[in-house]
Amino acid sequence: MSEVAIRAVGLSKLYHLNKSCGLQQSCIGSLSAPIRTIKSWLGHGIVEKTSEFDANLWALKDVSFDIKRGEVVGIIGPNGAGKSTLLKILSRITDPTEGHVEIQGRVRSLLEVGTGFHPDLTGRENIYLNGAILGLKKAEIGRTFDEIVDFAEVDRFLDTPVKYYSSGMYMRLAFSVAAHLEPDILLVDEVLAVGDAAFQKKSLGKMRHVAREGRTVLFVSHNLQAISVLTNRGLLFSGGRCVSDGPISSVLAQYLHEEMRPDTIYSDGPSRSAPRITRVEVRTSKPGNTQVNDESIEIRFEITTPEPIDGAALSFQVFNSLQQPILHLWTFDSERPMCREIGVFRLVCRIPRLHLYMGDYTLTVHLSERAGGKKYQTIEGICPFKVVMYGKTREFEWKPDACAYLEDCDWEVESASSI
Amino acid sequence: MSHSINSGQVSRVACEDTVVHLCPSRGWVPIQLRELWDYRELISLLVWRDLKAAHAQTVLGVAWVFVKPAVLMTIFTIVFGLLAKIPSDGIPYPLFMFSALLPWQYFARALSGASTSLVANQHLITKVYFPRLVIPLSAMVGPLFEFGISTLLLLLMMGFYEVVPTRGMWLLPMFLLMGMCTAFGAGIWLSALSVRFRDVAHAHPFMTQIWFFATPVLYPSSLVPESWRWLYWMNPMAGVIEGFRWALLGTGRLSVSMVVSSLVVMLVMLVPGLYVFRRMERTFADRV
Repeated sequence: MSEVAIRAVGLSKLYHLNKSCGLQQSCIGSLSAPIRTIKSWLGHGIVEKTSEFDANLWALKDVSFDIKRGEVVGIIGPNGAGKSTLLKILSRITDPTEGHVEIQGRVRSLLEVGTGFHPDLTGRENIYLNGAILGLKKAEIGRTFDEIVDFAEVDRFLDTPVKYYSSGMYMRLAFSVAAHLEPDILLVDEVLAVGDAAFQKKSLGKMRHVAREGRTVLFVSHNLQAISVLTNRGLLFSGGRCVSDGPISSVLAQYLHEEMRPDTIYSDGPSRSAPRITRVEVRTSKPGNTQVNDESIEIRFEITTPEPIDGAALSFQVFNSLQQPILHLWTFDSERPMCREIGVFRLVCRIPRLHLYMGDYTLTVHLSERAGGKKYQTIEGICPFKVVMYGKTREFEWKPDACAYLEDCDWEVESASSI
Repeated sequence: MSHSINSGQVSRVACEDTVVHLCPSRGWVPIQLRELWDYRELISLLVWRDLKAAHAQTVLGVAWVFVKPAVLMTIFTIVFGLLAKIPSDGIPYPLFMFSALLPWQYFARALSGASTSLVANQHLITKVYFPRLVIPLSAMVGPLFEFGISTLLLLLMMGFYEVVPTRGMWLLPMFLLMGMCTAFGAGIWLSALSVRFRDVAHAHPFMTQIWFFATPVLYPSSLVPESWRWLYWMNPMAGVIEGFRWALLGTGRLSVSMVVSSLVVMLVMLVPGLYVFRRMERTFADRV
């Protein structure tokens, strides 16, 4: 039995985008279509290139990779990078234009939850129908039927047509059928964001369980937090190409770095109607937005307000590259009066010794009135900066993602007694 | 006991061991009836879905299956039997017409179901892999249910008119199969074309109507001039319907040459249809 579960070689997919035009164009297009067709019949030879309507798009271009049996791989990248096209090819929905794939094992793909659910069928009937569509045999569904129902928490409504389900129940049932597929290779496209927070946690747990059972799993998701938890290897796609392949943490970091806005100082024009954060700047201990751990850092804000604010509150969070909030700091009007009249206000937050561990960080800034009042602004993912351990050594090398922050502490070692 | 477990495991491993090669497919590909057979459960569930959905939230439910042919038969009998006085080979006109309406209704429903099936199920085609022939095939099966119920109605009528079926009745399944294959043959052409050309949806009701009048449902085929018969028998449904009348009522002229020409035309439609469908199906998900 070979170690490789999926081997893709030079995979490319070309789409002809000659149908995607507006209503007006398509009306003109369809009126002139017979004329064009007849023209081409009458010996104008090759069909004319109608450049207006014809466009080609390489959704995937020359993608190659090997995925070993039991590997759990996250596929990330911006919209239109070719991630979903890749899963469509791997799940045999569409053919590659060039290249080939070799797949060893039973593939089940989950490109959408609830595919083929029919509103007039009951929950029970839909479980069987959806299962069959996803490639399960009746007997296999029968075996896991109770588990599916338990997981979805819909046992009371099993014989009710699903059109009477709440949307949450519907999605839970759909996810549950899909989650109980027992494939060798599972392809999952953005289906984790289903149901309420509690169910999302549960479904994430289920996926983690699936991933740990030694199955080969490919996840496509924009939920980087989930990807970072579930997978150990990442493929970064951009413009139809696979631009990075490696440990998930470094691939994620590369993705976030590329996604980051190049300007590291945030600025915005003032507004006539509402208070605005007009400038945010992180002054790091080293140039190039690089901060050395345990050194001082300043975060500077400028608020421009066209009206007095009733109990202004400014806070900011520091997010790490997995989009987890690590630090939250704030100042309130009640502590330090601010923005009580019209004008421009500058605030500085000094942190004498920054304890954040090495890694990439961004700020999210919030401006509001007193608790319960108006929320003016939340600016996410600005002022990227990097924390490094330059000049700090220890016996073991610094490993990324070992922790979120370092703390000052004292150790004591005493020899209690000799043996 | 341990043996059966073992063999189960062996087959599982064998299944896991299968290597699938995905590459750009070019040209003609085999039909792979074997794979289609593996998906028979999906076909039966899709049929069940369509039947259940068709009768959901109706008061009369399955009774509609009786009502529709009964109303049609009454109208046709009044217009063509009583007013137009179309000859019916000596058989009471309602019976004469209904024995033909029965297979025709099945055919028309199956053809329309199959030809619209791919577009109607595009949400499946773009999201899941399964042999695409499953979809038009399952559209063929559902109308059989209505056909079965209408057959009961026909038997009641035959009892009423005291007509005894001939021994040729045992050939009925064969004629039904011929009708199914004709509908399937035309259906897969139309469904594959409809993925690219939605014009099919506009054209196929007309096509079915023309086909209806080119088939001896309302009139006996003896009305067709002798010199045109050869062309007439090129219509496989003409053979199917004459076959039904011949088997049930013992009327009409069922010649071997007629059945053979129907069969040949049917096969000429069906077999290339299957290959064309298989050839076009790789682009269904991108084009639908």
